[in-house]
Formats: sequence, C-alpha cells, structure tokens
Amino acid sequence: MEKILFDQLQEELYFEKMDNGLDVYVLPKKGFNKTYATFTTKYGSIDNQFIPQGGNDYVRVPDGIAHFLEHKMFEKADGDVFQYFSRQGASANAFTSFTRTAYLFSSTDKVMDNLETLVNFVQDPYFTEQTVEKEKGIIGQEIRMYDDNPDWQAYFGLIQNMYHNHPVKIDIAGTVESIADITKDHLYKCYRTFYHPSNMLLFIVGPVDPEKTIQFVKENQSKKEYQDREEIKRLVEEEPEEVQEKKRVLKMNVQLSKCQVGIKAVDTDLQGEPLQKRELTMNILLDILFGRSSPLYYQLYREGLIDETFYYDFTQEKGFGFAMVGGDTTKPEELGDRIRTILLEAKTGKYLTEEAVERAIRKKIGSFLRSVNSPEYIANQFTRYAFNDMDLFEVVPLLEAITLDDVKRTAERVIAENRLTAFYILPKQV
Amino acid sequence: MTLVNENIIKKQGYNLHVVKTDKYKTNTIVWRMKAPLESETVTKRALLPYVLQSNSEKYPTSTHLRSYLDDLYGASFYVDVAKKGDFHIMSFSLEVANEKFLKAGEPLLEKALQFMHEILQKPNVNNGALDKDTVQDEKRSLKQRIQSIYDDKMRFASARLLEEMYKGDPYALQANGEIEAVDEMNETDLYKYYEQAFSEDEMDLYIVGDVEAGQVEKIADRLFQFNSRTPRSPQTVRQTTPSAEPKEVVEKQEINQGKLHIGYRTHITFGDDDYFALQMFNGIFGGFSHSKLFMNVREKESLAYYAASRLESHKGFLMVLSGIDSKNYNKAVKIINEQLQAMKNGEISEKELEQTKAVIRNQVLETLDTARGVIEMLYHNVMAKTDVTVDNWLEAAERMTIEEITAAANKVEMDTVYFLSGMEGE
Repeated sequence: MEKILFDQLQEELYFEKMDNGLDVYVLPKKGFNKTYATFTTKYGSIDNQFIPQGGNDYVRVPDGIAHFLEHKMFEKADGDVFQYFSRQGASANAFTSFTRTAYLFSSTDKVMDNLETLVNFVQDPYFTEQTVEKEKGIIGQEIRMYDDNPDWQAYFGLIQNMYHNHPVKIDIAGTVESIADITKDHLYKCYRTFYHPSNMLLFIVGPVDPEKTIQFVKENQSKKEYQDREEIKRLVEEEPEEVQEKKRVLKMNVQLSKCQVGIKAVDTDLQGEPLQKRELTMNILLDILFGRSSPLYYQLYREGLIDETFYYDFTQEKGFGFAMVGGDTTKPEELGDRIRTILLEAKTGKYLTEEAVERAIRKKIGSFLRSVNSPEYIANQFTRYAFNDMDLFEVVPLLEAITLDDVKRTAERVIAENRLTAFYILPKQV
Repeated sequence: MTLVNENIIKKQGYNLHVVKTDKYKTNTIVWRMKAPLESETVTKRALLPYVLQSNSEKYPTSTHLRSYLDDLYGASFYVDVAKKGDFHIMSFSLEVANEKFLKAGEPLLEKALQFMHEILQKPNVNNGALDKDTVQDEKRSLKQRIQSIYDDKMRFASARLLEEMYKGDPYALQANGEIEAVDEMNETDLYKYYEQAFSEDEMDLYIVGDVEAGQVEKIADRLFQFNSRTPRSPQTVRQTTPSAEPKEVVEKQEINQGKLHIGYRTHITFGDDDYFALQMFNGIFGGFSHSKLFMNVREKESLAYYAASRLESHKGFLMVLSGIDSKNYNKAVKIINEQLQAMKNGEISEKELEQTKAVIRNQVLETLDTARGVIEMLYHNVMAKTDVTVDNWLEAAERMTIEEITAAANKVEMDTVYFLSGMEGE
C-alpha cells in the first residue's frame, strides 16, 4: 500500500493495485459522517467500436449501450440492487459519460457492507431478454425527458456542430430507435470487454480506516476468478480538424433563446500533465475573458446580451475536447457574434494581462479548495483525471505555475476561425 | 450525541448563529431575511437581492465587486429567493477559503464579513434611489429568470399545479415573483422597499466553519447594527376548502414527454407531533428508489424514468411528479392512487419501514456534511419557531411505527391533478 501526502491541503491518499489489476484509492476524511465510493470503468458512450474480448474483428454496437448497460447492472435474479442499499441505509446511483461509467453509493452506516454490495453487484452481471425489454420503456422516457430539455439540446447541438465522425457526437443515452436494437448478448459482449478489473478504479472517501478498507477489497477480489487479458482495442475514425458546421439553429417550445459558441479542441492526443495544463490554462483564459469579474462580462451584461446563466467551460480527453461559452439571451445572433469576435481578438493577445492572469489563478485556487470539501467531487474528478494520466492533487501547483505567456500561447494555439461554431435555440413561433 | 453545535446569540434586530466545525476547508456565511409571502412585495423581494449583489457604494460595478471576490481567493458569493411555507426568504451566501490552507495568512473571515456588510448596508444609492442602470439590468434578468421556468417543463408543471391548487392563497405565487409586476418597479420604490425590509424582516446570520463564536461576535457587533423589530406574521388565509372531488387540469403543449404533477394537502407541518410520521410516509410512498411509486410506476410498469413524491415541510404540501407518455396518463394516475390507498390501508412492510428509517437517517447525516445543509436544517427552527435538534430528528424517525405512519397517511388528501400533455392525438 502506498501513502501519498498533500501538505497544503492536509489530505492523505492511500493506493494499492490489486493482483487482478484493479486500482483502489482511499482518502480518509475525518469529521465527515458520509462515506462516498465510486466504482468506475473506463468505458463510456464513445466506446462503440472495439474488438470484443476473445474476438478478432471490430464490431460496432448500438448507440446508447454503455448507458443501457449501466441501468441493467442494477437488476439481479433476486431483485433490484437499490433495495439492498436502502436496507443498509445507503443511497446508490450511477452515471454514464462519454468516457466512463460510474457506480456509486453514499452512506453513513454499514460502510463495509455497502462497499461489498457495490463491488459485488458491478462484478456480477445478470441480463435476460425480458429484463432488457422492460428497460427500454424506462430509458425511452429518460431520452424523451432530455428531448424536451433546451440546455441539453444546446449542449449536444454544439458538439454535433463540431464533430464529423467522432462518437462524442452521439447522445450518451442513444435514441429510442437505437436502443430498440439492444439485446442481452450485446450487453454481455460489452460487459466482458470493459468491466475487467484492470480497466476499473475504485475510490473511497470518508471517515474510514484506509488499511482495513484496502484489505477488505483485497480479500473480496481474491475470491473472484479473473484471467489476465490483452489491452482493449478501440476503433475511432479519423476526425478532421475543422468543425462540421459553423452554425445551426434549433427551434423549440421555449420562451427564451439560447446561444452557445464552441471551440473544437486541437492536440487531442495529449495525456498526462500536458493535458492537465492545457485544460487549466484554457479555463484561466476563458475566465479572463468571460468570468464575472471581467470587463467584457460587465459590458455584455450592460448591453442586455447575457444574464446569470452565462457560463464557460473547457474540457478535453483523449480524442476530443471543446470549449463552450454561452447562455440564455434575448439577442442570440448578436451575442454569438460578440463571443466569436472576443475569442479571435484574444488569439492575438488582446485582453490578456499579468493582472488578469493572477486574479483568475487566485479564483481558481479558491474554487478548487471549495470543491475538495465535496467527497463527490474528489472521487469523480480524481477518477476522470486518473483515466487520463492526470493527478487531481496537482491542480494547485499547476495553477500556480501558469504564466501570462502560457495563456497567450494557448490562446494562439487553440482558438482558430475554422474550429469555431455556434448553436442557437430559438422559440418556435406559436 | 450532539451532531451540530449551534450557538445562537440574540442581537438587536437579528440573530447570530455560529456553528463551529473543522470539517471544511472553507467558512460559510449566510444572511437570511424572512417576511410573509404577499403579492404586493413578492416581485420586489425577487429583485432586491440581485440588485444588492451587483455592486455597492465601495464597489460601483460588478467588475470591481467580482474582482474583489477573486482576490479573496475566489470567494463564492450568490443570492437567492425561496418560498418556504407562507414566507418569502431572501438569502445572501458567501463561502470563503479558510485562511489556514493558504500560503499567505490573510484575515479572510473578517474581510468576508466586512464585504457582507458592504453589500447589505452600503448599497449603491444616489438621491434616495438605488442605482438606476443596475435596477434596469436586474429587471431584465429577473424577467428572463421568470421566463425560463416556462422552458423547464418540470418546473413549469409544478408552478401551474400550485396556481391551480392554491387559488387565492399567496402560496400560489412563485419565489421569482410575477412578470407583469417587473416593469412597474423603479429604483426609488425599490430603495424604499430595501429600507422597509431591513427594518421589518426577521433576519438571521449563520456562520459555519472553523471559527470561534466570541471572535465572530466581536466582528459582527462592529459591522451589523439594526433597530429592533417584531417580525410580521402572514395574514391568515381563508382556507380554501378542498372540493369533495379532486380537481383535474389538463393542458397541452408541444412536448415529447407529458408531465404529471399531483398536489396533496397533508394537514401536517414542521413542529407538529406527527411531522416525522409524515416524513416517513413520504419516504415509503415516493421519496426514495425503494419507494412504492418508484417500484410500481417505474420498475413494474416501465411507465416512467422518474416517479417520486416531494414534501414541503412548512406548508404541508405534498407533490407527486412523473414524466410519462401522454397516452399513459390514466394508467399512471390509477397506479399512483393505488399506492396512496395502500399507504392509507397500512400496507407497509417491516422491510419498507426499516429501509426508510435507514435511508432517512443517512440522508440527515449526509446533509450535515455540507455547510449549506447544516444551515438548511437549522433554519427549520426559525421557520417554525421550534427548537428541534438534529438529534431529536433522528431519534423521532427511529421510533416511528407503521400505525403512526398509517395515521399520517390518512390525513393526506389529494387536491389537484395537473397534467401537461403532449399534442399526440390532435
């Protein structure tokens, strides 16, 4: 067992790799009531073409299958896993993103029982034709709910503008039509390929004894048979650098318009520290331009172009990434043009000053400290970082090291006319 | 066992609540102002905090103000308005890093309280009016905030249900106020209302973090001075007598998923003896993923992705909500009614009882892991003029019996079924 100390944050992290390849991390949090644990596989909606374990050829599986599989993990021959967690006072949940599927619980009591339930249910698939069919109605309603949600439509609309081929453009839950094709055999095929312990990470944060917790997991894992196996082979089609569409409009049954401007990322082969630095620097850049303390934010607000829903974000993982800037507005086209202009000006260094960089860094450090109050944030972000060879606990030192020159060079590199795109949601005229 | 160590210090015009804990890496400061929910003031109260948070005498633009917060290590500062029971609550929240985690030791807590004082008591005022441009901008934002409820169909259906169910009762109002009233407000009226609110509202200051009550009190005494007051109570509302038959309202919009929202009167509120029985009722009925609604509407019949019940503790209002295909409307209502009937008949298993106790206990303890959660729990006492401790809360839930829960279930009365339907079949 390894122990890693973070002096400034006054935190300790414990780590051990199990014999079957599973990475286990424990972060003790004294004084907290709650223990939060996530059991995550590096498998998400983008993993739709791969060589199944034991096979030789690439297959393509139906859109939305990773999310479907997540739902179906909760059903067993003797009932619903939620019931077990409830009996043990825990609340359980799961989510699927582009690159991960995470199963989690939080509880203040019977933590080891809940941990055992978590690990065991995820390592014990049970799919039948009947239960798969039943789930199609439930997930169908989940998809319909998102169909009516303008924020989600704007988010995906913008990603679909950017990408020609990359599966990040496919809605995580798929469509009512695509999930209709899913069978139990598909689920087993995906499960066997992606749920091997060597592709997974268990993170536990809370008032627990790290040594006992790791020992407990070790004993649990040693009772299960896993064969060593080859690296997973995923297929991703070639993706051009420029965006697929510069502009698109969707009319919905809403009163307020929305405007989203995106930048498609470059250098999407980055991993590890360079990726982490890219993400942090881009977020500093966007904060200087669009954060609430920026003069530009004030101007846009005074001109009636934005309201408090205005936000920005930059995220990048292996193979894809994007910046998004936007929000609710009564003047979508005007706002879109302004954001574009500001970004292109920033590419040449405009608005970027020492003072602005320093302020943005201080702000980000403060917001990181707030975030590490949250066990959910720590577990989920740590896992995301680890899957990209980055380190959550390096955020503060990396932020402190960012210079004006870094921000300028990043702006120059990432912002480009042919990678900018805009997506608008407008009210349908009734 | 004392789970939360709340020190309440009575001050002239407000109460200071200090909760000392070393759990967090930040200190949280929340200023709350409570007044009866009324249609004459609701829109002013929805606007006022947003104007105050934009700038102040010392920080004349939001750029100045937000830059100062960034310099305080990215202190987060936000305001909101909420409806609780028959009251309308304005909140100002500030979360600032605990200085002991930073390289250069700065007195961040003191600076943060000073900042709160500037916001609340030193607004940007000229000639007896709040800053005109700021009021203009925030009126626009408020209108957009009200409009955005229409765009979120779940919130829209909830708002429509309340309008139908509580006709003639201020509870039908929304915390964000009424869009028609926004244009009628101006910077002079709003300043008058600002003065009125600060002299009449019931005010509470919460500070949660690794702080000493004595030190906080000293800083607060220097910064916050108000006149004493006797907060107003809501006017007693004519009890709308629920009709014998539940009301049904169906409306249509171009949407993919129908939104079914059902409102119930429970006749039980926070502070009543059977309040905890009602909490347990809600948990078993639709509060959790082992509840009757989740198991029957979702798992058994595959009608919905979500099917749940929510309780408003100070009004005694219960709502069931579910997103369904419009064609399944009758079927879903029938299943939901059957589940309520089962609760009334006492069809509650030992397993459901034990699960719900365990999950409620867990939920309460988890809430205490966030400073905001602690303040929410403690504020129930301000609302209901009670002194229920968190420990009382857990003990009460623990000893609930099926009989008590069944008795609470029998007080629950279905009032209004609201269905926002899609256009299919047209």
